[in-house]
Formats: sequence, structure tokens, C-alpha cells
Amino acid sequence: MCLAVPMRIIELKESGTGVCELDSVRYDVDLSLIEKAEVDEFVIVHAGFAIEKLDLDEANARLKLFEELAQTNDRQLAE
Amino acid sequence: MKYVDGFRDTGAAASIVRDIRHLASEVEDKGIDARIMEVCGSHTMSIGRYGIRQMLPGNVKLISGPGCPVCVTDAAYIDAALELAGRGVHVASFGDMLKVPGSSETLADARSAGAGIHVCYSPLDALGFAREHPEKEVVFLGIGFETTIPTVVSIVKRAGSESLGNISVLTAFKLVPPALEALANDENVAVNGFLLPAHVSAVIGSEAYEGFVTRHRIASVIAGFEPLDILLGVECLLKQLAENRSELVNQYSRVVTKSGNRIARSMIDEYLEVADSSWRGIGIIPGSGLVLREQFAEYDAAKRYQVSTVGGTPDRRCRCGDVLRGIILPGECPLMGKECTPLFPVGPCMVSSEGSCAAHYRYSR
Repeated sequence: MCLAVPMRIIELKESGTGVCELDSVRYDVDLSLIEKAEVDEFVIVHAGFAIEKLDLDEANARLKLFEELAQTNDRQLAE
Repeated sequence: MKYVDGFRDTGAAASIVRDIRHLASEVEDKGIDARIMEVCGSHTMSIGRYGIRQMLPGNVKLISGPGCPVCVTDAAYIDAALELAGRGVHVASFGDMLKVPGSSETLADARSAGAGIHVCYSPLDALGFAREHPEKEVVFLGIGFETTIPTVVSIVKRAGSESLGNISVLTAFKLVPPALEALANDENVAVNGFLLPAHVSAVIGSEAYEGFVTRHRIASVIAGFEPLDILLGVECLLKQLAENRSELVNQYSRVVTKSGNRIARSMIDEYLEVADSSWRGIGIIPGSGLVLREQFAEYDAAKRYQVSTVGGTPDRRCRCGDVLRGIILPGECPLMGKECTPLFPVGPCMVSSEGSCAAHYRYSR
């Protein structure tokens, strides 16, 4: 019920809505609950609304950690 | 999309699970079982789907809490929606609600019999339907936690600005922090760590839990719904248990901030006020609900149509109330998989795709 997915904003419309994309599928998304949405930003979409922006610095830092953890795992498997 | 797939990497998962096993044995040496409650239904589903429970050592138990709004909605609420549909009102709802048993039937039963019941992906779909059909009365079933509440309040806000008089909301909004408080105060609930919800926290912010964690001194982690988010959350809780710490940690910092979503929070404050709320299977939890303020009464379906949403008579054999508080596991309910299945659910935990009984039925039997 509280599931929400990250999508990239690809177009802003005048009515406070925008077109967002996830895996090449485009969705109309209401952007009225977030501040100053801009094209190419990532938002978290729930029930047709963007409820928050995705902080890319935080997300990328986490992905980097996972990359390192995966490498650690590869090394341990090789030993 | 790397911001989804990257959080499902199996190599990283194996590495975190190795750390978890190490920490679990430290916790075991202290004579403690880690009993971690995931409060949110989306966590429950993810834990089932990715087999996370099976990855964990025996002394780390994941217990599902009352975090599915469909599961905690009273039978009387369904009865009220059915009554409205019977009076010719068009009822619009998220799909999960249709199979929830009321006192005698479900909304799906009524729809099969010809009632005007519509499934929506977004509350905006209901608004669109009301705009296109000014001659019809439309009621949206406003269930949900803090994540969903602002999206439903948008109906009231826009109906007001467009002078749209044919739509209203039957509210059964629930708040997570008071439910946590009730769980922590319930002596039958034995939990020593909380996996806090992802997107509820995106709206209310991590600061909303600070008082709770300080008061109850219980390790708590805000975690996303992807499998690596959950594993990191479990690792963080075990580390706290091993080190005798009880802190609030935000592991979902790519989305959750300290103060949450300012626009959504101020919209909630403007349109809604706190009220006691009845949770199916648990009872009244003080201050755990939100209702429309008096000045928006014309959009409050319960007032507009004079229907009651409290009480009802669910099947007495159903143990959903105990499942929702983690007192029994779904597999311990005598109805599980026999009389109660996703096709013919007896209780709401089996109905919702995010219910703990549905997750157990699908992934753990």
C-alpha cells in the first residue's frame, strides 16, 4: 500500500504535473506535493503523486557501498 | 533503472548476510533472541518475495506488524461503503479494499451484483470520474497511512477549488507513531527492534520517531523496501543489540529527511485533525487517526451520508488481531490455508497483497 517507485522527470507541464519515466515506460505524475521539481530529477512516486525527491548523492553513495560489498563477496568466494 | 536494480544486488546481499550471521552469534552469546518487527506491509511483502527470512540465522526473527492499512480497516467501514453503494452512490477505491470482508459481504460481491464500485490507481482517478459525471455522487474510500493521506486530501483541496460538489471521502486514515506507541506499551508484544516504514517516514520525517525511541529505548531503523535496504536495516538493528544501544537510525537517507515533506505535512495539518481510531483486530488506539476538520464537513462522506465506520462483526475465529501485533505468526492461525486463503479470505491480513497472512501463504508455506 505504501509502495512507491523512483522515476525520472522528463517533462514538466503547466498544471503542476509532469511526465516521469521508469524503465522506458512513461507516466503522468502529479508534482504538487514536492518543491521546485525540475527535469532530470528523480522522484519517488506513490498513487500518482511524487511524494519526495530522490537524493542522488545519498543513493549513489549507497550504490558505491554495495559495489564494494559485492567485490568483498567475490574475493571471499575465490578464497 | 539503477536506483532499483542496484538495491537488489546478490553479491552485496551475500556480504551483508555474512555480517548479519556474525552479529547474530554475538547477540546469541548475550542470550538474546532478536525479535524485529517490520511495521510496514511493503516490508512484509519484500521480505517474503526475496526470501529474506530464510537468509537469517535462527535467533533473528522477523515479525510482521500492523502496517497494512487495508488489514487494519474495521469491518464497519466496509459495511458503510457497502451501504453507500446500496444507496446508489459510486464508490471509488484502491483495489486492495474490494475483497476485505465486511460483516456479511465484500465490495467485490456488491460489484458483481451490479453496484457502482470503481477501482482507482490514484485518488485523482476518482476526482476525474466525479468531474466527468456531475450527475453522480462519488465517494472515495480514503484509507491509508501518512504516505497516502496527502494524496487523498488532494481530492478535498481540488474539489474545493473547482467547486465540485459531487465527491467526498470516507476517511479511515491511520497514523504510524501512535500505533508504535501502543505496540511498545502492550506487554504481550515481545519485540526488541523496529524496522520503521520507508515512505511513511518520507512524509513525516525521521524526527517523528525521536520521542518514541527515547521513551522506550528500543533500537529502530528507517529502511527502504528493496532487499538490500532491509538487510542493512536488520544488520544495523543487530549491531545495536550486540552493543546494548537503542538508537534511531535513518538508513533510507536517499529519500527520508529529518523533517519530512513540508508540503504534505502542512496539507495534512490544514485539512485534518487527530482523532482516536479503531484498528481492526486491535481496538481503539488513542490519537491514531485523522479526520477532516469541521470546515470541510461537506467532503466528509460519513457526515454527509450519516454512516458509521466503527464496529462491525468480523468472523470471531479470525486471529488477525494477534497476527497484527506479532503475538502469533500467520502460520499459527488454525484457519491458515484451510478456510482462509487469498481466494476466500476470512481476515483482512489474507486479503491485502501486503497482508502478513497473504505473504505467508504465498512465500512461506
